[in-house]
Amino acid sequence: MRKKIIGRVWKFGSNIDTDQIIPAEYLVTDDEKELAIHAFEKVRPNFYKLVKQNDIIVAEYNFGCGSSREHAVRALKGLGIGCVIAKSFARIFFRNAINLGLLVVEADIVADEGDIVEVNLDENIIYNKTKNLSFKFKKLPNFLLEIIDSGGLINYVRKKYQV
Amino acid sequence: MGKTIVEKIFSKKAGKDVEPGDIIEVEVDYVMVNDITGYPAIREFEKLGVKPKIDKIIIIPDHFVPNKDIKSAEQAKTLRNFVKKYKIKHYFEVGRNGICHQIMIEKGFVAPGRLIVGADSHTCTYGALNCLGIGIGSTEAAVVFATGKLWFKVPETLKFLIKGTPRKYVMGKDIILKIISEIGVDGANYKAMEFHGDTIRKLNLSDRLTITNMSVEAGAKAAIMEPDEKVFNYLKYRTIGNYEAVYADRDAEYEKVFELDVSNLEPLVAKPFSPGNVVPVRELSDIEIDQAFIGSCTNGRIEDLRIAAKILKGKKVRDYVRLIVIPASQEVYQKALEEGLIKIFLEAGAYVSGPTCGPCLGGHVGVLASDEVCISSTNRNFIGRMGHKNSKVYLANPAVVAASAITGRITDPRDLDRD
Repeated sequence: MRKKIIGRVWKFGSNIDTDQIIPAEYLVTDDEKELAIHAFEKVRPNFYKLVKQNDIIVAEYNFGCGSSREHAVRALKGLGIGCVIAKSFARIFFRNAINLGLLVVEADIVADEGDIVEVNLDENIIYNKTKNLSFKFKKLPNFLLEIIDSGGLINYVRKKYQV
Repeated sequence: MGKTIVEKIFSKKAGKDVEPGDIIEVEVDYVMVNDITGYPAIREFEKLGVKPKIDKIIIIPDHFVPNKDIKSAEQAKTLRNFVKKYKIKHYFEVGRNGICHQIMIEKGFVAPGRLIVGADSHTCTYGALNCLGIGIGSTEAAVVFATGKLWFKVPETLKFLIKGTPRKYVMGKDIILKIISEIGVDGANYKAMEFHGDTIRKLNLSDRLTITNMSVEAGAKAAIMEPDEKVFNYLKYRTIGNYEAVYADRDAEYEKVFELDVSNLEPLVAKPFSPGNVVPVRELSDIEIDQAFIGSCTNGRIEDLRIAAKILKGKKVRDYVRLIVIPASQEVYQKALEEGLIKIFLEAGAYVSGPTCGPCLGGHVGVLASDEVCISSTNRNFIGRMGHKNSKVYLANPAVVAASAITGRITDPRDLDRD
């Protein structure tokens, strides 16, 4: 059984690019906590002060477009983001998230900022507790779940190749 | 059923017939990282405790080099130490390098039929040379360092049939901006874009590379073209090893076919804050600029500098405007010197520097202050992309950038010809 993620919703629009998530001037470290301080700095100043562990980002289309910088995922992890739910993801961001063990779910849900939402990976259901609404989402392919369950690609490769 | 170019390259690499949607793990020809993405890649790789596949790894510091501050210096040093420790063969030091994608092409890594992954989103550039280039993240680059392999989902292919002869000052940049504005910034997400048509054959390689380069601005996983004599001639004394050209089957199945006639296309600009926010240059002629930038993996090649120099020859950059020109590589820089282009830029009052990604991503050599406006030959105009969150970037071809530097306003170069 996989852990359920329960957190508060932060809403974002379409085409949230990785420059917004973490501006290039901070790409001089891979430290999650250091990066988190600057997450969304130019569009939502002080975001890091507002976010709590396991909070959930709910976005529209094409989340994470633009630069391949994995630092975007690291910054979100540093913030404590438990899951990103979007109607669609840009492909490199999606891979980076899986590879670093950040849960990303493609789904079209109803939620307002501040709603409490639960993501259930075993049943592929997102439950908006505040609004008492449930949403199904498409199961992730098994081998992606294996990477997530391993805690990211490095651990997955370690297991697979016994290194 | 026939196959698209990307399906054929993946089938060859997988050793079996593959179709869109198939998930495969295949050997790549090369993996490339730069100073920003290479740093986490090396640190993740070291966790695995294995020896790297040294023949496959290419390391090119380009984003924050020459080192812009102490932290970026430490980052570049980590790369250099990794190269020394494992005797990585393909490392390109400052003074002998350039923007990673340009180096990948000039030094003969990019060739038809190959599969190259790069920890940089613009790796899709290589498709103009019939090479399947795919952008990846740092951690998966680390895994390729260790195993030489990576998993891929075979993408559906969108076909773009481009017809017509572009007018004067209409470049590859305008063609791809037009396409992005039509299909949207996620119009090719997860998909391959395959470009055909008489226009592509007429374009020089530089313009073709601009088109494949900015395909990622429509979300594309890869962009690809069939090779021709221009490609083979360019590669003649460059390519490392052999290669095999790959052409689309005549009965290949495409998810969708787009047709575009560029005969009447005008020079275009992408307004802030999206590469899909495209209008003709002439609609913006009242926008004043503070900075004009010619360079980047999108438009920093010799052909780009030539057209800019032609417009700037004998002219001066407008008062209070900074024109920054950054050749994409040492080779481009050298050639521009030999052809007298650098002299033209300097006499016009431009600032010219050695190769770096620099201002394109707000790194260094031209970061914008609040409320400043830059017309730029680069690829992204996101919020704060080149500096302050209240600065603005307009994307255009290098001819438009050069013309705008002269007038201090966003300017269609055709309007200077009339004067």
